[in-house]
Amino acid sequence: MAKKNKKRRLPKLPADRKIQVLLNGRLVGTVDNAEEFVNKLRADRRAGLLPVGLNFFHNRRAKDVLINCDSGRARRPYVIVEGGKSKLTPALIDQLKNGQMSWGKLVSIGVIEYMDAEEEEASLIALKEDDLTPQHTHLEIDPVTIFGVTVSVLPYPEYNSSPRITMACAMAKQSLGTYTTNFNMRNDSRAHVMFYPQQPLMQTRPYKVLKFAEHAAGQNFVVAITSMMGYNASDALVMSRSAVDRGLGRSIFYKTHETEERRYPGGQRDKFEIPAVTTQGYREEKAYRHLGEDGIAFPEAQVGPKDVLVGKTSPPRFLEEISVFGMVEEKKRENSLSVKGGEEGTVDSVLVTDSLAGHRMVKARIRSIKVPEAGDKFASRHGQKGVIGLLLSQEDMPFTKDGISPDLIINPHAIPSRMTAGHLLEMLGGKAACHTGEFGDTSAFLGDTEDTFRSQMKNLGFDEYGEETLYDGFTGQAIKAKIYIGCIYYQKLHHLVSNKMHVRSRGPVQLLTHQPTEGRAREGGLRFGEMERDCLIGYGASMLIRERLLEESDRTFELVCQKCGSIGVRDHIKNADYCPLCETSQLYQAEMSYAFKLLLDEIKALGIFPRLILKDRA
Amino acid sequence: MMKISPIKVAVGEAVGIVAAQSIGEPGTQMTMRTFHYAGVAEQVPTGLPRLIELVDVRKEPKKPLMDIYLKGAAKDDEKKAQAIAADIESITLGRLGEVVEDFTQKKIVIELDPDEMSHLRVEMDEVRKKVKASLGTDVETDGNTLRVKPKVNSLRMLRRLTNRAKSLPIRGVERIRRCVVLKGKDGFFIRTAGSNISGIMKAEGVDSTRVYTNDIKEVEKMLGIEAARNALVHELKQVLDTQGLNVDIRHIMLLADAMTMNGQIKSIGRHGLSGQKAGVLARAAFEETVKHLVNAAIQAEEDRLIGVTENIIVGQTVPLGTGLVKLKMKI
Repeated sequence: MAKKNKKRRLPKLPADRKIQVLLNGRLVGTVDNAEEFVNKLRADRRAGLLPVGLNFFHNRRAKDVLINCDSGRARRPYVIVEGGKSKLTPALIDQLKNGQMSWGKLVSIGVIEYMDAEEEEASLIALKEDDLTPQHTHLEIDPVTIFGVTVSVLPYPEYNSSPRITMACAMAKQSLGTYTTNFNMRNDSRAHVMFYPQQPLMQTRPYKVLKFAEHAAGQNFVVAITSMMGYNASDALVMSRSAVDRGLGRSIFYKTHETEERRYPGGQRDKFEIPAVTTQGYREEKAYRHLGEDGIAFPEAQVGPKDVLVGKTSPPRFLEEISVFGMVEEKKRENSLSVKGGEEGTVDSVLVTDSLAGHRMVKARIRSIKVPEAGDKFASRHGQKGVIGLLLSQEDMPFTKDGISPDLIINPHAIPSRMTAGHLLEMLGGKAACHTGEFGDTSAFLGDTEDTFRSQMKNLGFDEYGEETLYDGFTGQAIKAKIYIGCIYYQKLHHLVSNKMHVRSRGPVQLLTHQPTEGRAREGGLRFGEMERDCLIGYGASMLIRERLLEESDRTFELVCQKCGSIGVRDHIKNADYCPLCETSQLYQAEMSYAFKLLLDEIKALGIFPRLILKDRA
Repeated sequence: MMKISPIKVAVGEAVGIVAAQSIGEPGTQMTMRTFHYAGVAEQVPTGLPRLIELVDVRKEPKKPLMDIYLKGAAKDDEKKAQAIAADIESITLGRLGEVVEDFTQKKIVIELDPDEMSHLRVEMDEVRKKVKASLGTDVETDGNTLRVKPKVNSLRMLRRLTNRAKSLPIRGVERIRRCVVLKGKDGFFIRTAGSNISGIMKAEGVDSTRVYTNDIKEVEKMLGIEAARNALVHELKQVLDTQGLNVDIRHIMLLADAMTMNGQIKSIGRHGLSGQKAGVLARAAFEETVKHLVNAAIQAEEDRLIGVTENIIVGQTVPLGTGLVKLKMKI
């Protein structure tokens, strides 16, 4: 261990080594009094004698003075502090307010300066003006500036644990809102738009600066924290069906399908049309019912799974043999664009245009309204996510003495281990905001405090802690415990069950392996993997393994030659079995997995001849 | 007998898989925990690195270690225990001073540090004798400096010899790099860095019946395969216990049995247990598929489809659990 430490230690510099001055990492000279030197440089920069893009740092340990002015350094602005006093005085702030002062001017007169990571190393920066001491060299412009864009709009980050903030950021990016105002004119391959977005009752100052309220991504929910017959256990949510019927959490989902008339070498091309019945791979007539004469579906057509949106025929994959009459028979292949399995909706718009390659192209946008249903995902801005477990009508929801019933009931177990106190505080603040009619401020470190809300609640005649007696919706009896109820901003996240749910009992298999396909889009099965197999072995369930891995997967019957042990063939014309190696021999049918047959083929390709020795099954 | 029968394992129980899962499941947790213990200096590898070391059967553990228990009075007398420890600890020439080569005269110069010498209670004579015996008879003594003129021709040989001289054992048991006297449940014992069973067993004042080492390979060499199996069980249990993982001892014993079953320690993996399975298909399914298939072809090997893997590959019931029972009567 000692050896390792030795390696890490910086080489000791000779005591008489001069302090080197490095400009952008290049040695330009030495200096005797580095501190004085750097102070002089800094003063000159602040006085405007040196460019503001310069940064200085005296590294005492390495005996270096670093001067940097090259590109690519991350720099951020700070208010300069002298003698424990911010140089951004109230007078200057007034000037800023009435437009006599500008940012650029503040920088040039030495009130605000930009520092890079190295210069920052030698500074003491206060977060708030109240924290200033004579030792401080700088002051943050505002505590929220220490956060990035995404965190800065989250409420009360200082009350939450940091992993939850990270998660809240990740989830805020998945929330549905108005991602753009011209969504009606766009053809994004998938897009969600919320029906009635609201701005949060509790917002941060950056939220206002960013004008987020103009394209908000969430709604203010009345939330109660209590268990609800187990339907909100393990991060499930109980939502009011009545609120959903009134439009809560409703969104629209657009999906654009596109296809083009491709041209092939040899002058052949695709054609948009209603395929003729003779077309190879013709689907049932019903599938084409939405198409107009041009082979393209009408807008506002109600399309279901596997309905054709654009009828398209393609030339055959291989050149046709010349028929008996000596002419090439015109055969076409069905290649229509259809709605993927499991999806449905209304044709919203149809766009006929040219593709980049210059082919005629159709883009058909399908719209479907997504009403919250069991399985949809919602999250507050505190990393508290959940999935709807039950939609309960308002008459069955608990209610307060004022007749308020919650839109959402979350489980109390979601709180203690995650330590999202901000969630509780936002609920209380939201409740107060509902009644005072004023937005609450939830900016990091400088937001409204609990005391404010408590006195507000008291003045409004509520329990100051936000707890209320709820009455059971089923019996009308008062619930003994007081229940925390408030108003908090919730986001609908774009993980909707209707776009995800998938079942398979029978379905397509892969060409190569004869095993079931994979993935929802291909109507596939769920993989019964190695570890699952091990579990069945461990359990001793031999018959079940066989069923999963063979009977429900790629079982085949192959003919095996008794003499040479290779796979035989059936001659359907002669109606006889034969072994391609022995020609005349006794063949037996053997059950095996197709994957094993493939393995035998691959071993043969290696130059090894695998033989099967058959025995009657005991 | 009464007690054994209810805990006997049923015929066809997949004990291997169950053992693998029982060790593997807490093992995954250990993986997660190991990487989160960043920066904590470990004296001896524990947790996952140690587990891997055991299962891979490395020639020598990363930090070989011994616990030496003492005979007679030394057990309760720290001073005496210290004295034994000092005798055991291997002192090399390099520890007593600086060993450098003198290229101009083709000599090895040994500058001994008198403080270190007295601290370790090593006499000048002792050193000189050892140096004479192994480096060359031509030894000049000048105060604390020894000059040896070895019989070498090239400078390269001189350099090599000098390096070897640094690890020249002066006293103590070889490979025992450091000793600490610790207090255990029944008196003092010595913990050493470095392992050497035969050397320690012969040492004075040592209870040779209770010598412990964490070097499984050495146990196998010195004490035989049964001892190695027990040592393996002990070490595996130790690792899992220190991590607070509760794995039934029988799973560990099965693992140790599998690793030692043919009289020689085998590792788990390509070069050991998995690489020596009976069936061609089972081996090919694990690693180095082509190698196994080609070798099987050269030797015209036949797979009797005895194992689990083979039967799954061809698509038959596995000879385990419910797949084991067959109809006695042919219909």
